[in-house]
Amino acid sequence: MVDLKNVFKSFGTKQIIEDVSLKIEKGTITSFIGPNGAGKSTLISMISRLIAKDDGDITIDGKDVFKTKNNELAKKISILKQSNTINLKLTVRELVSFGRFPYSQGKLKKEDWEKVDEAIAYLELEEIQDKYLDQLSGGQRQRAHIAMTVAQDTEYILLDEPLNNLDMRHASQIMKTLRRLVDEMGKTIVIVIHDINFASCYSDQIVALKDGKIVKQGRACDVIDRCVLKEIYDMDIDIREIDNQRICFYY
Amino acid sequence: MGYKAKTIILAVISLLLALLYVFYDLTGNIDYILPRRIMKVGAIILTGGAIAFATVVFMTITNNRILTPSVLGLDSLYMLIQTVIIFVFGANSIVMMNSGLNYLISISAMILFSLVLYRFLFRGEGNNIYFLLLIGMILGTFFGSFTDFMQVLIDPNEFGVAQDRMFASINNVDQSLVYISILIIALVLLYFMRFYKYLDVLALGKDDAINLGVPFDYVVKRLLIVVAILISVATALIGPITFLGLLVVNVAYELMKTYRHFYIILGSVFISIIALLGGQFLVEKVFTFSTTVSVIINFIGGVYFIYLLLKENKSW
Repeated sequence: MVDLKNVFKSFGTKQIIEDVSLKIEKGTITSFIGPNGAGKSTLISMISRLIAKDDGDITIDGKDVFKTKNNELAKKISILKQSNTINLKLTVRELVSFGRFPYSQGKLKKEDWEKVDEAIAYLELEEIQDKYLDQLSGGQRQRAHIAMTVAQDTEYILLDEPLNNLDMRHASQIMKTLRRLVDEMGKTIVIVIHDINFASCYSDQIVALKDGKIVKQGRACDVIDRCVLKEIYDMDIDIREIDNQRICFYY
Repeated sequence: MGYKAKTIILAVISLLLALLYVFYDLTGNIDYILPRRIMKVGAIILTGGAIAFATVVFMTITNNRILTPSVLGLDSLYMLIQTVIIFVFGANSIVMMNSGLNYLISISAMILFSLVLYRFLFRGEGNNIYFLLLIGMILGTFFGSFTDFMQVLIDPNEFGVAQDRMFASINNVDQSLVYISILIIALVLLYFMRFYKYLDVLALGKDDAINLGVPFDYVVKRLLIVVAILISVATALIGPITFLGLLVVNVAYELMKTYRHFYIILGSVFISIIALLGGQFLVEKVFTFSTTVSVIINFIGGVYFIYLLLKENKSW
């Protein structure tokens, strides 16, 4: 379980995260939604110790993320950030094999390569696994990066806007893959997402943020609500129920 | 052709050039010439290797292919030290003439400077590496201006000596200094081995490296010290020549087409040795000592740098 207690963070004089407390249960998908600048990415970066917190406690399964050894944490939690601007001559398979670093320290054994192959198969990257990253489309590169975090084989997977720049087919493909990771492999996934309909259809829990504070958290049916969305986005959003899924019309 | 084959070919070319340099036109007093030439080759391999190696590591931790360790300000500091020595003691003083003493002063000042700078900058939390580079650049410029200022004041003859130090030269390398340098570099490499496994991962960038369990700040600080010591040794031995690193490492990346640091480092080191040996050979046999190797390297390096900029420009 990921547990945040009274977390604060400011950059300079600007308060980015203010008194956020949050619990994320195992085996669920949690989506962070909210307008730009709400602090979603900062929050996810702090959970994964990429950014230091100012105050409060962040623990994963009872262990403080800023006090646990980095390598130990890398076997428990993985993060994929928005911008993936790697300019190395790297093939998909080589990138995915980096996911095994916490276990192998660079010397991959047979079982490490098995995990790499599994991850590649999971993201359906077999055909392009020997292509270089700079030859791929945005969607393929994104999937390659997700495959790396899958190969890292951590209980917790944090993704910062994994659907960025993806077309509908690839976006839904990735959300389905994430769902499978949770349902079949018991992973716990936290994502930052802008498309509230994807959040509504695929998450177990939605956390709505605005100005560094949690406005509302709960199941999709509680958060995808006219009043809540009005509060975070300042927009009247028409919500319809289709096949038990709440779909928002904001176009 | 794979990167392994290329590494072997580069190694063979380096070896052949070294042999050519040592045995070409070997006439006269062999007992005198041969050890001197071997010592020069040793100095070339040492400095070329150290600079190439340091530059690979530096580019990886800064995640930038057009930065060289010269932005740390060590070259400028070296020139400042030389100028201050001439300014205070004069060009004919023992400190200037005794290469061993000069070497020790230069190298300890440069290493001390780096350690103080890092200590000062990494004390607080949240200071990132670009901040360090910015400070290094500013201090480098400051040292440069200060050097210019003193050079204007000194006697023109003494300025000639100072000017001579501005360019790396392998023509007068003290034998005992080569041994000391070998020892220092060996110790640094031994220390570096603990961090070697992190290099490939560091090249992915800070976020990915932390994600994969690299103790980022800890490793980067120590690698920066490794870089500073290697550059200090190379600079104190033959003079400022860090520009060479930019050239050879980029050629190595273009040529090797791999991300594996083992081969990039080896490739860079060999290319660096080839460039320096080839350059020195030209200096001695074609230009008959009318120029120094760093002038040739800087000329070729400058042209290549412009090419790099134009090429990057095109892909936007």
